[in-house]
Amino acid sequence: MSPLSRREFVAVGVAAGAGLVVGFYLPHSGRSSSGVFSPNAYLRITPDNKVTIVVARSEMGQGVRTALPMILAEELEADWKQIEVEQAGASTLYGDQGTGGSASIKTTWDPMRKAGAAAREMLISAAALTWGVPRSTCAAHDGAVVHTKRRLTYGELVEKAATLPIPTDVPLKQNKDYKIVGQRLARVDTPSKVKGEAVFGIDFRTPGMKYAVLSRCPTIGGKALSFDDQESKKIAGVSYVGKISDAAVAVVADSVWGAMEGRRVLNVSWDPGPNKDLNTAAVTASLKQAAAKKGASLYSVGDVSKVTGRRISAEHQLPFMAHAPMEPGNCTAHFQGTTCELWAPTQVPQDCRDQVAKALGLDPDQVKVNVTLMGGGFGRRLEYDYAVEAALVSKAANTPVKVIWTREDDMRFSTYRPASLHQLSAVLDGGGWPVAFTHRIVAPSISGQKGQPGPNGVDPDLPDEAAFVYAPPNVSLEYVPAETAVPLGWMRSVYALQVGFASESFIDELAAAAGKDPLEYRLHMLGKDQNIQYFDTTWRTARMRGVLQLAADKAGWKSALPAGRFRGIACFGCFSSYAAEVVEISMENDVPRVHRVVAVVDCGQVVNPSILEQQIQGGIVFALANALRAKITIEKGRVVQGNFDDYAPLRMNETPVVEVYAVPSTEAPTGIGEPSVPPLAPALCSAIYAATKKRIRALPILS
Amino acid sequence: MADFTLRVNGNEKKVSVSPETPLLWVLRDTLELTGTKFGCGAGLCGACTVHVEGSPIRSCSTPISQVAGKSITTIEGLGANGLHVLQQAWIAEEVPQCGYCQTGQIMTAAALLAKTPNPSDEQITQAMNGNLCRCGTYERIRKAIHRAAGAGGAR
Repeated sequence: MSPLSRREFVAVGVAAGAGLVVGFYLPHSGRSSSGVFSPNAYLRITPDNKVTIVVARSEMGQGVRTALPMILAEELEADWKQIEVEQAGASTLYGDQGTGGSASIKTTWDPMRKAGAAAREMLISAAALTWGVPRSTCAAHDGAVVHTKRRLTYGELVEKAATLPIPTDVPLKQNKDYKIVGQRLARVDTPSKVKGEAVFGIDFRTPGMKYAVLSRCPTIGGKALSFDDQESKKIAGVSYVGKISDAAVAVVADSVWGAMEGRRVLNVSWDPGPNKDLNTAAVTASLKQAAAKKGASLYSVGDVSKVTGRRISAEHQLPFMAHAPMEPGNCTAHFQGTTCELWAPTQVPQDCRDQVAKALGLDPDQVKVNVTLMGGGFGRRLEYDYAVEAALVSKAANTPVKVIWTREDDMRFSTYRPASLHQLSAVLDGGGWPVAFTHRIVAPSISGQKGQPGPNGVDPDLPDEAAFVYAPPNVSLEYVPAETAVPLGWMRSVYALQVGFASESFIDELAAAAGKDPLEYRLHMLGKDQNIQYFDTTWRTARMRGVLQLAADKAGWKSALPAGRFRGIACFGCFSSYAAEVVEISMENDVPRVHRVVAVVDCGQVVNPSILEQQIQGGIVFALANALRAKITIEKGRVVQGNFDDYAPLRMNETPVVEVYAVPSTEAPTGIGEPSVPPLAPALCSAIYAATKKRIRALPILS
Repeated sequence: MADFTLRVNGNEKKVSVSPETPLLWVLRDTLELTGTKFGCGAGLCGACTVHVEGSPIRSCSTPISQVAGKSITTIEGLGANGLHVLQQAWIAEEVPQCGYCQTGQIMTAAALLAKTPNPSDEQITQAMNGNLCRCGTYERIRKAIHRAAGAGGAR
């Protein structure tokens, strides 16, 4: 770890004529394999009164290009209309730029505020010196410092401000004084997106650029033995066909269509390799086999082994799933001997830089990564595969090139949410309340497969995603790593989806066994207000109680439903945020139809309620598709699904009304991109149980 | 290769491509109109929706030879005099998240409003159901269509 990486520090410099430049380092690690550095952003105010905030996280729809600058602008007392936002590429100046784990707001909150505040205090000092008045008589408002009737804009003050010492202990604003944070401000990128002007990775062009599609070995772990490109070369515009790795042959053409046609008629001889007989049943069997092993303890209270009484057990199972962002994978690369420049829709610009450097035999500083907008990420773009492919093709074909994946490529060569098996067991006391609760999570380790298993083989993601925010006297959570050849990746809410589904479904089952209301049952399990320490996160049962109670109130949990309507409730904590959902359904020909979802989150101080609402609504639509039918299956070592017909996201006709509420809070903000995902499936399955008395213990529901 | 003449957003364009080339790639690669998006290549997601003679079509599955000589409107030409009322409504309702599918959504919605200036919820669902949004913006899309309809619908 770099000595700077865990330290906050503010640096101020002045480039000739550039005015005040405040750089700041932020402590954090995102979900990036490069891991140790912190994100970083810059504030730049120039004498022409332009205020630029650089966003060093990637925009994939979650709103960072708006929300992160809002935090800094608040403390800066900036005029929001004046703010310009700039996207940072991969850099050594920034800490870890990995964008994931619902972490962007959470980890930039303090440093962003301090950087804004430091700049504000320096600008006030500069004005006081200019006017020769005590600085206590000056104040900053709307991008200017005022004193009686005098006013100087920040632009007019920056040259003086840049000569001043950096304040070490800056006062931060009280939440009640916020003017920007907490407002439904319009996102900065909306107009360009509705006009078709926004440049996503797939839209980027550079002079002389060609296009490439790759033929990849359809069998997991297989290789290309040889290829015959005679027919491909006959396609108009095809300029290059060549093997760029053990398992991929690239077809380069002067149009995307030409490259696709060239690939269609390309004849590759494949060695299917060691997984040619792998299928979904074998994966399930391997999970069951792994379950026999002892796992690593994630959390333990009391001693579950010593508790006797009425025991209830259940087993839950989930399949592999694919992210399927709307913009298929792509990346543009231009290799020029000793340098390579990339234009990448990526959540991990620094991984792209480092891995491209490795693949090309360059130093990381010879690789420049520009970050484009992304047409969705959901974790798929935490991989650097597109970037390495583009770089290798650019080198091999000696041209700037954009590699494009088709939808079938995206579906079949993804990195999948791990399939998992969950063994749950509880002991109920005479009153029906659980006195022991055991959850064994059996799943292959994402990080383990990528060569970075955590301590005791516990995937380092589990500390964020598998908490149990209840307080029975005896609890044991255990993780049993399994092995799989199927490529694994981080998908929106990661393990929290699997863990939440199993755990919350089981609690509904316990409540039913005890003849109790599932809301009351959960409230009882939360006990008195107390802290639950799970790895580095301190959870509070009172905050979970708060989201549950508010969700129940808003949904009218205690009131009767119209005939034919049923509901279920669930809650879960992940990425340091709390979420509860009530799902209301009817059954139509044995298929659940979700009419309404009431979603409540407690994520501390809300930065932008409109973006929060988007994230929650979007998370629920994503989760509902996962719950109903998301399933990647394997046959003969190949992924079966290929497009939106056999892997179908939710459409408008299935989308419920989602009512979103945030518990008012002045706590520091925590993640919001993912926490709405886990409660949906268990709440839905509990509603289905209410309607049909059938328990669903395996997803997807419509399998 | 063959020569085709199209009328794109009111301008005559000549292109020389193979006849089976989907309109999508002619728009994106040849004419550099990248507001029309590639999502599935199979007419399943609607990200590539454009208007041909005023009707919405999936440009990823429409060979250029089928639209030769026809009048095509893309997102770039939708608001002939500034922003189309739907684009304004999309901004007012803050619809986009990642934004990738939204141009296709707007093109489909524009075709709906041109025929049905005041659509019901049911009519909106029916018209929009072929357009996927992985970010889950459907509720705001519905609101924006109602808002645009209230503001005068198709322009």
